[in-house]
Amino acid sequence: MTFIDDYPHEAKLVRYCFAVAFAALGVGGLLGLVQALHRTGVLRIIDSSDYYTVLTAHGVLLALVFTTFFIAGLFRWAVTRSLERGVVSQRYSWLWFGTLLTGTILAAVPILAGFFPNVPMSADVLFTFYPPLQAHPVFYVGAVLLIVGSWLAGADYFRSFAGWRRENPDERIPLQTFMVLTTMLMWYLATIGVAAEVLFFLIPWSLGLIQTVDPLLSRTLFWFFGHPVVYFWLLPAYLVWYTILPKLSGGRLLSDPLARIVFVLFLLLSTPVGFHHQYVDPGIPSGYKFVAMVNTMFLLLPSLLTAFTVVASMEHGARQRGGKGRLNWLRALPWDNPAFVGCALAGLMFAAGGFSGMINAGMNINYLIHNTLWIPGHFHLTVGTAAALTYMAVTYWLLPQLTGKELALKKWALVQPYLWFVGMTLMSNAMHRGGLAGIPRRTAEPQYDQVSFDAVVGSVSEMRLQIALGGTLLFVSLVLFLAVLVATWLGPRVEQISVNSAIPEPLSGSDHAPLVLDNLRLWAAIAVLLVIIAYGIPIWSMLADGPFAPGSPPFPV
Amino acid sequence: MEIHRFEKLWGLVSVLLIVGFITTIAYGAVFVGVEMVDASGGQIQADELNQHPQFSDPGVYQTGPNSYDVYIVAEQFQFRPGTQSPLRLPADSEITFYVTSADVTHGFNVVGTNVNTMAIPGQIAKLPVTFNEPGTYGIVCHEYCGAAHHEMAGSIVVVPPSQYDGPSGNTSVVAAPGDLGAVGVGK
Repeated sequence: MTFIDDYPHEAKLVRYCFAVAFAALGVGGLLGLVQALHRTGVLRIIDSSDYYTVLTAHGVLLALVFTTFFIAGLFRWAVTRSLERGVVSQRYSWLWFGTLLTGTILAAVPILAGFFPNVPMSADVLFTFYPPLQAHPVFYVGAVLLIVGSWLAGADYFRSFAGWRRENPDERIPLQTFMVLTTMLMWYLATIGVAAEVLFFLIPWSLGLIQTVDPLLSRTLFWFFGHPVVYFWLLPAYLVWYTILPKLSGGRLLSDPLARIVFVLFLLLSTPVGFHHQYVDPGIPSGYKFVAMVNTMFLLLPSLLTAFTVVASMEHGARQRGGKGRLNWLRALPWDNPAFVGCALAGLMFAAGGFSGMINAGMNINYLIHNTLWIPGHFHLTVGTAAALTYMAVTYWLLPQLTGKELALKKWALVQPYLWFVGMTLMSNAMHRGGLAGIPRRTAEPQYDQVSFDAVVGSVSEMRLQIALGGTLLFVSLVLFLAVLVATWLGPRVEQISVNSAIPEPLSGSDHAPLVLDNLRLWAAIAVLLVIIAYGIPIWSMLADGPFAPGSPPFPV
Repeated sequence: MEIHRFEKLWGLVSVLLIVGFITTIAYGAVFVGVEMVDASGGQIQADELNQHPQFSDPGVYQTGPNSYDVYIVAEQFQFRPGTQSPLRLPADSEITFYVTSADVTHGFNVVGTNVNTMAIPGQIAKLPVTFNEPGTYGIVCHEYCGAAHHEMAGSIVVVPPSQYDGPSGNTSVVAAPGDLGAVGVGK
């Protein structure tokens, strides 16, 4: 049976989530192209002062809207499929979808108003919205509603789980549901920071109810959320790599218990690391930075374990398909299946992104690259490829099941991930090297009168060319994806589609996993404890001198 | 629980790699003396820089035969000193930068070096530096600070100690009239 036939309401809900997610991806991607061409000086259609409006919209639409909607939909599918249970209440599921959508519209309106000088509204604060730069209050309200909507969606998954648990008191939590629930627990813990920042400080401040905010406290609360949010983007890709990619490869997952351990480690370690985004912030004692660094380095462990399991599962699949030899099995993988190709290339790029991330994580090496072009070079490999390309790839597999229609324009779909890979290789390698040359991120101009940038490898003009060309290829790839999406959606219903949601049992199943791994309360409690150790004293000391001091009045942009 | 032999080996190597990373950085911090920007610069009210003994007149202050404190104010959209005229500093000297912001959050990066900090209103970043090579160094603001962020840059001219004529002349750089309000000078 097809998912849409078994769970028509859930399929519709997931389709709506994906529709908003990919609409945001389309607009955000177009703005990305405008930036890539503008800041390299290749094609300039906007004023440099409007660049930051474009950049804000790009960041918010891609990092917050695209990801959150896609994840909300994917998780709803994964919980429904693995528990064989739909939502508890259809009205409730539309409530969280509506909250997310309202938040998106409220956040987008003041950002886009920035393009019209006669509209008295703007929010050119980028997606990090550091005060005392100030956005219109509606922007902050929209941001909060996006967070609240994701909390409500999380409760939807937990309600389905609670119902399942009552009927299956002794069963192991199905793997996909386990992944969803641990990710959402991490998310609840992480979003406390940004929710506190926006609700207690930025909204009252933007309404004029309080006169000043403490910029360092705000940054700290933002980054309390700002690192775990990247795992909120990444763990859904891991869910796909662990549970779907092995099947696409022709085999099955190696080990269920290891997958559970990896997700538990992410729940524990994702949040007490935010100070690694503030290594060069004054006002934070270096001891806390060191603690964050140690935690960050240990966060490498679950990703390194994932690299092993994913590659091993792919090899197992390739050998089932007749692959032989030490490396020749790679040829036996289904390189003509766009869903497989997208996931595999996303994983490969994530390995590269992981290595540049290790540099970022090195407390003192970070001086060299902090806030340079290296940083967006890094995260376009992680969220911009490991997450985004995996989301697109799994959509090739999932959309037919959500619509009951065959994937259309298959050749375009197959070209798309390869093109993304090439485009990102060009853009990201040049951005990394540009960062080493000292070129800053978040700037509209390729050069400065008083500054010369000396490339360590290659030349600065060659880097600009690669960034512009890479950005263009990425946009073409995105257009191909959207075309496939729309063509599939508009296609005819078929009696029997050629893919299904059945996922083969892992080689080493959940009966081998220690029972304690499923004790979600225990892991949540330890995660809270680690956050208190990492953040308790520093946040307390920032609050102790007055929560609004040293205070900054607003600077509207 | 059953863990495959290769998986155990991989996990072990991964842990060794992580411990190795932490060790090299701890070594750099403890034995090589790579200090992190921390809380030692203290705090300041961003709108009261004119009451501070040095930030009210930012620039170079000699503190010893071969040591200098350099106070820099980052503000929309310039470094004072640094933007309107280059900051002159002697090579091979113990320089300590004190950087703060008069308005919004800025960045302070001497391009091609490890001199890299945030300039956050309310906080003073303290960075000890020695320039070993004479030459001209660019400064960029690397944190978005408003519509003309991309114009916020400056430069440092590092001269051999023998050619350095002392800090006089560096401290008299003043803001353009339109920018005075932000630091409260003249109010």
